[in-house]
Amino acid sequence: MDRVPVLKIGEILLVSIQIDLEDHTAMQLQDDLSHRIVETGAHGVVIDISALEIVDSFIGRMLSTIASVSRVLDAETVVVGMRPAVAITLVELGLSLKGVRTALNVDRALEILAEARPGVLAGSAADEPAAEPVP
Amino acid sequence: MSLSADAKGRLSTLLGTRQDAIIKEWTAIAARTLRGRQTEGELVHQVTEVFAALDTVLHTGDGGIHAADAGEARATLSELSRQWARRGFSPTETATLVFGAKEAVVGVLDTEGRGEVPVDFMDLSRLVDDMGLFTFETYTRAREEILADQTEQLLELSTPVVKLWEGIVAVPLIGTLDSARAQVVMEKLLQTLVDTGAAYAIVDITGVPAVDTQVAQHILKTVVAARLMGAECVISGIRPQIAQTVVALGIEFGDIVTKATLADALVHTLRASGVQISRTARKGF
Amino acid sequence: MTSVDAPTKQPIASDQDVVRVRQMVRQAALTAKLPLVDQTKLVTAASELARNTLVHGGGGYARVEQVHNGRRAGVRVTFADEGPGIADLDLALTDGYTTGGGLGLGLSGSRRLCDEFDIDTAAGQGTRVTVVKWAR
Repeated sequence: MDRVPVLKIGEILLVSIQIDLEDHTAMQLQDDLSHRIVETGAHGVVIDISALEIVDSFIGRMLSTIASVSRVLDAETVVVGMRPAVAITLVELGLSLKGVRTALNVDRALEILAEARPGVLAGSAADEPAAEPVP
Repeated sequence: MSLSADAKGRLSTLLGTRQDAIIKEWTAIAARTLRGRQTEGELVHQVTEVFAALDTVLHTGDGGIHAADAGEARATLSELSRQWARRGFSPTETATLVFGAKEAVVGVLDTEGRGEVPVDFMDLSRLVDDMGLFTFETYTRAREEILADQTEQLLELSTPVVKLWEGIVAVPLIGTLDSARAQVVMEKLLQTLVDTGAAYAIVDITGVPAVDTQVAQHILKTVVAARLMGAECVISGIRPQIAQTVVALGIEFGDIVTKATLADALVHTLRASGVQISRTARKGF
Repeated sequence: MTSVDAPTKQPIASDQDVVRVRQMVRQAALTAKLPLVDQTKLVTAASELARNTLVHGGGGYARVEQVHNGRRAGVRVTFADEGPGIADLDLALTDGYTTGGGLGLGLSGSRRLCDEFDIDTAAGQGTRVTVVKWAR
């Protein structure tokens, strides 16, 4: 069975959907992603759909679910590269992809993820050692 | 309609033996309407091709130009008529190039000027008429395609995109937005977002004289589609009449930002992208 | 409208078949020279309907044909199954109605995406959906 590869780049997981997704492959991706988020402690997920010629209600649901599940696991999801024809079709279909953040490209997606977690990449200044009680 | 084998035989012999004379006469007839449009050489070449198509038709099965095995003749005529359409020939000029065959054949045969109509003329006439009509149909279709292309190109030109700032583009809409145009504009705007990677698009409708429910719906759909792709649209240039029409029609813009002027929209999007503008004091001038 | 050329038939019995239907419909749309947005709409509708056939109809088939109505070329896709059928069609055609935990946009959405939409169904009598998209 074809599996969609999940790449780890720093604190981000990147998924690039290159194939005409079969339903069960989509479900597998959902599962794989939630596992990888937990394993890696990633705080961001970027899903590149620029190769997708269509997004139907099943894929739309998959994207919404991934976004929700990731959020529960403390990671933000951004979907990038939606094609104009796909966007127009989704509007006609009435699918709103609620809860899914989108960006035009990966650069912008990384900016959004960085804004969502300020200071994480540079190291938080809030990590100060707790005061020691005086014995 | 079908010619008898005899008739076909006689006609094809006629064409075979008097080919040069017929083509010459035919070219002269065509030149009368096409004077100046084509060089002599080009005209002869084209007449010869139509002649060949006619000859082919005489050797194929029943049905004249529409016979199953007359494909080659049809292809020749189609290609010629497309060329003529592209070069802007009028319908008459196109028709003359084919119908001229009849006068040419009669002219060649009637060398003594007795005005006699040759045997099989009716059959020839019917064949040529069908060829002429077929040619005309392809010509018409080709003309329509050209017109459609030109319309599309015009639409393309009339939807410019201006980059106002890093990540902010403006799309001024000019002229009436009917359904067809709105579709083209919508697709162009969305493609622009992909091409420029702009996170904000200001859709300025100062140049749109009227907005009805359909147009408003198109604009709304475009904004929602852009949002799905990851960009925000701001609508600017809303004139007082349009604002009143929108309210009267009960059109809801929801959370889509609308501004009266492009300037306001620019300030809004700059702020949204985190750009701060400050005025420095200017001393003297 | 008349059919141009022999239709192609694709059984729908698995996820893979749904993908095949999408590909067939995309190819047909290209042949009929549908503009890109219309291609996308048709393939998306086909995907929804093929999935319905698989998931709710227990499997069936799709038939894709090139058609012509005298002025324009188009693509007609028919989905048929011998499943439970739809008892309350009006309800099924409302946005948001779903029996399968989905978003309930399959039927109503597909109808919006296509130029022509026909559905023939009744409880216990299977379902047959035909959609057409014309080139502009």
